[in-house]
Amino acid sequence: MVNTDKAVEVINQYIDIPGGLLECLHGIQSVFGFVPKETIDDIADGFNISRAEVHGVISYYHDFKTSPRGKKVVRICQAEACQSMGSRDLTRRVEEILGVKIDETRVDGAVSLETVYCFGNCALSPNVEIDGKLHARVTSDNFEKLVKGEEA
Amino acid sequence: MTYEHDIDYGTPAKKTDKAVTVEIDGRTITVPEGTSVMRAAREGGVDIPSLCATDSIKEYGSCRLCLIEVDGVRGTPASCTTPVSEGMSVKTTSDRLTQLRRGIMELYISDHPDDDSPLHDMARLVGLEGNRYGKDGHNHLKTIIDDSNPYFSFDPAKCILCARCVRACEEVQGTFALTIDGRGFDSKIAAGTDQDFLSSDCVSCGACVQACPTDSLFEKRAMEMGKPEKTVITTCAYCGVGCGFKAEVKNDEVVSMMPWKEGQANQGHSCVKGRFAWDYAIHEDRILNPMIRENITDPWQKVGWDEAIDFAAKRLMDIQKEHGRKSIGGITSSRCTNEEVFVVQKLIRAGFKNNNVDTCARVCHSPTGYGLRETLGTSAGTQTFDSVMDTDVMMVIGANPPDAHPVFASQMKRRLREGAKLIVIDPRKTGLVKSPHVKADFHLPLQPGTNVAMINAIAHTVMTEGLMNQDYINERCDTDAFNDWLDFIIQPQNSPEVVSEYTGVNAEDIREAARLYATGGNAAIYYGLGVTEHSQGSTMVIGMANLAMATGNIGRLGVGVNPLRGQNNVQGSCDMGSFPHEFPGYRPVGNDEARGEFEEEWGVDLDPVPGYRIPNMFDAAVDGKYKAMYIQGEDVAQSDPNTHHVEAAMNALDLLIVQDLFLNETARFAHVFFPGTSFLEKNGTFTNAERRISRVRKVMEPVQGMDEWEITCRLGRAMGYDMHYNNASEIMDEIARLTPTFRNVSFDLLDEKGSVQWPCNEKAPEGTPIMHIDGFVRGKGNFILTEYVPTTERSTRKFPLILTTGRILSQYNVGAQTRRTKNNVWHDKDVLDIHPHDAENRGIVDGDMVMIQSRMGETVLEARITENMQPGVVYTTFHMPESGANIITTDNSDWATSCPEYKVTAVEVRQTNRKSDWQEEFDDFSESTRHIAE
Ligand code: SF4
Ligand code: SF4
Ligand code: FES
Ligand code: FES
Repeated sequence: MVNTDKAVEVINQYIDIPGGLLECLHGIQSVFGFVPKETIDDIADGFNISRAEVHGVISYYHDFKTSPRGKKVVRICQAEACQSMGSRDLTRRVEEILGVKIDETRVDGAVSLETVYCFGNCALSPNVEIDGKLHARVTSDNFEKLVKGEEA
Repeated sequence: MTYEHDIDYGTPAKKTDKAVTVEIDGRTITVPEGTSVMRAAREGGVDIPSLCATDSIKEYGSCRLCLIEVDGVRGTPASCTTPVSEGMSVKTTSDRLTQLRRGIMELYISDHPDDDSPLHDMARLVGLEGNRYGKDGHNHLKTIIDDSNPYFSFDPAKCILCARCVRACEEVQGTFALTIDGRGFDSKIAAGTDQDFLSSDCVSCGACVQACPTDSLFEKRAMEMGKPEKTVITTCAYCGVGCGFKAEVKNDEVVSMMPWKEGQANQGHSCVKGRFAWDYAIHEDRILNPMIRENITDPWQKVGWDEAIDFAAKRLMDIQKEHGRKSIGGITSSRCTNEEVFVVQKLIRAGFKNNNVDTCARVCHSPTGYGLRETLGTSAGTQTFDSVMDTDVMMVIGANPPDAHPVFASQMKRRLREGAKLIVIDPRKTGLVKSPHVKADFHLPLQPGTNVAMINAIAHTVMTEGLMNQDYINERCDTDAFNDWLDFIIQPQNSPEVVSEYTGVNAEDIREAARLYATGGNAAIYYGLGVTEHSQGSTMVIGMANLAMATGNIGRLGVGVNPLRGQNNVQGSCDMGSFPHEFPGYRPVGNDEARGEFEEEWGVDLDPVPGYRIPNMFDAAVDGKYKAMYIQGEDVAQSDPNTHHVEAAMNALDLLIVQDLFLNETARFAHVFFPGTSFLEKNGTFTNAERRISRVRKVMEPVQGMDEWEITCRLGRAMGYDMHYNNASEIMDEIARLTPTFRNVSFDLLDEKGSVQWPCNEKAPEGTPIMHIDGFVRGKGNFILTEYVPTTERSTRKFPLILTTGRILSQYNVGAQTRRTKNNVWHDKDVLDIHPHDAENRGIVDGDMVMIQSRMGETVLEARITENMQPGVVYTTFHMPESGANIITTDNSDWATSCPEYKVTAVEVRQTNRKSDWQEEFDDFSESTRHIAE
């Protein structure tokens, strides 16, 4: 169960700040690790906007997660440079290898696969980050090794 | 009729006096400053292709299809986001523009299904044939259609992400139910938090469907039936907003009801009822044959019109012979047209030769008529709806516009989002108190039954703190009356501090709200049945008029005292002489001059003595003095208070004639049933809450074979009184001849103008949007003392809770219409709203069946626990007959007009597991009295 009282506490800190919604969402995320569905009504109510608007903002920013993250977090860049170096195909392969779709967390909670738009490392595309460590020029073969290597 | 095509100008009109002249494709066009090039072009007859622009919402500039070239400007700006400037010279076509437009369309088409849609029309318009990309790339063609809403669907494959739907939901409707989910290629339109439409906040108004340029959002029925062949402009038959609609028709069947852009009450907007829930009109429950029976326990016999009418006429005459001239009478309906109501009251006055006519407005807005006439001089609201766009402070009392007057609520919310202030006086936290981007500055949650105390406290604050408009009072109001009132209102018993004891509202909040109302600029009062349906309903109406006069808030745009009328034609049925003491136009039956005019026109002597009001009719029936009634389109057995008494009265009648679409609750007691016509089969007029007279036009011929006014006329003729008209327009001509405020009204004028607001006569040939501009209709504004007298209906130890009643968006009044539509998906039963605290004390959990008991009776409903209620107050709607809400309401009523006190009943609530006895009997009796012989 999500502690909505805690959420309301966070929300109340931001409702009077101009543009406070984004900060509030970050605040919620730092408390819960993600933005739980159960908090959306309170956020909407606090800022006096609709639930759809809250959802629109959350879904616009890839930073906001709507479910708890997996133990391992894999982030793949989808921006232009990486795309031109095959990040899309890589993503499909990674989905297969990890058994989870992009922007989702595997049911067992072991791993989350996330989208990033540009790590600022375009020269060495495509880029993948595993648990905070950036790996450049990733192919599906070396991805498997990277993931396994770290698991071992 | 000139209303065939609604032109979409792409961006909203600008209101300013400054004009700018530009040249577009060689044409010189002058428009108000700030107008977009797109709108200027289209006003000047030059079309520019576009996708993301529509004139009901602000420009957006996303599709880039509307590109233009401007002399001396590099590049190709979007015409929807480029405002005109003096001397600008614009080209809307060139090779370059054509290439660009084709390129854009090609991208859209490559990610669009092949079946023909409006997007393909646009592609053809820009001259695109085929597409170079094919459909094999990364696309959205395999998305799932959202069918959850009963009336429309969303097919994301056809969506071009123009966000017209999202913006229409926000700007036009004000619900903010939609959003763009995600970004980039993955973005899509989502309802709520990516739910389906039905489970989102969507209220099914249809604005998004209308705004969608690609049929991505589409009406299910229209998609099935295909392209309509003709359009008939008519008026919605639900609430007092009176929206104009274009009935789109194919083979004499309605394909869809499109809100009419030129409709002055709704300006192209609609709500779920008028837009989608009109198909009760073609429901299989409709009775299409006249029927008669000797006793109410006999099965109904279907007969021809002549036989039914002769049967009714003979019985009426026999009863009059035996029991006297005054032993019969009738009730007119606020759902019928002015013309239909007029002939019924004429039949009663001239054919029955008495004044035993009343109307269902008795049970809703009769105090409005009385209160506003006594103070200002006219029995009607003072403003147009549009006036709200000039209002700075809205005070909404006992009204719930988002549910009961949704289209006007959208307009109010638009103005509130622009920054107008809002005061809500209501026991409940209604939808207006807080909704996305709207928040009341003050919500005064008073105890039901204490309105008058509240309005006195507000006026007290205004007068004692010197916030009145003394010049206005001196100039326009009766000085003696004012001084008497001043002495009264400043007495300490009217101070917020004292009054807060009964109202339960903090004194300082009352004072602050009063200050805001008096000093915040243009202040307008809007009110509903939460004002009128009280033992002091008329007093409260007077109290509001006093306050408005004292602060100078009557007689111009943006101010006023405005009743939000419940039914489509409440205003009209009152105007048309439905009250026992008044002829059409509110002229007293006792007035010799007025009566003389009617006697001359109608060729008979008329009774100068007022007849029975509805409650008197029921009492007299129970006493055996009143024997027969002709009831036009009203379900008294469900809608009137204290059902037991009403049923006893109905049972005592020797003859009850019911004219309605359905075998309603009242028809269970009837001997003659005349099938009525739906609004789709009528020619005539409705008059809305702003006194606006709008045309109702036939979309199809009466399915039961006869106009309703003709039924009434024939009944008159069968009784020996010659009433005859060739068409509804002749009836309006007679109304105009006999009613000074209607003198200039005719079908021709209405066809030409679209609609007019009465008074419409020599002095105001095109009608009167705002009343009392140069002074009050009665001469000097009249202040009347409004002493607060608590209702006798108070909570006691035995009945510790106060029950109040209301309605919700998807259902309409007794539900006879909406219950027969798919609107039931939103509301299929009435429930009892109760505060968690009261529920907990009684061990009630959400969803429990609870017995509600009052002094009068008991009924059973499901409980819903909600903090929208204040502790001590419970609430229910009254849409479903089996709920029997009026079994428990009392027979208390307004002192001046007998309008029943629906809004206050002391009750106790407890858990139960059985229906009430009344509900059991209701089930059996319903069955046994509805039988039709085959
Ligand atoms: S039908 Fe009305 S309320 Fe529902 S999403 Fe569309 S515009 Fe919004
Ligand atoms: S559903 Fe229609 S209106 Fe909404 S974004 Fe898609 S195409 Fe535009
Ligand atoms: S595009 Fe992938 S790191 Fe910049
Ligand atoms: S119509 Fe102008 S950008 Fe879409």
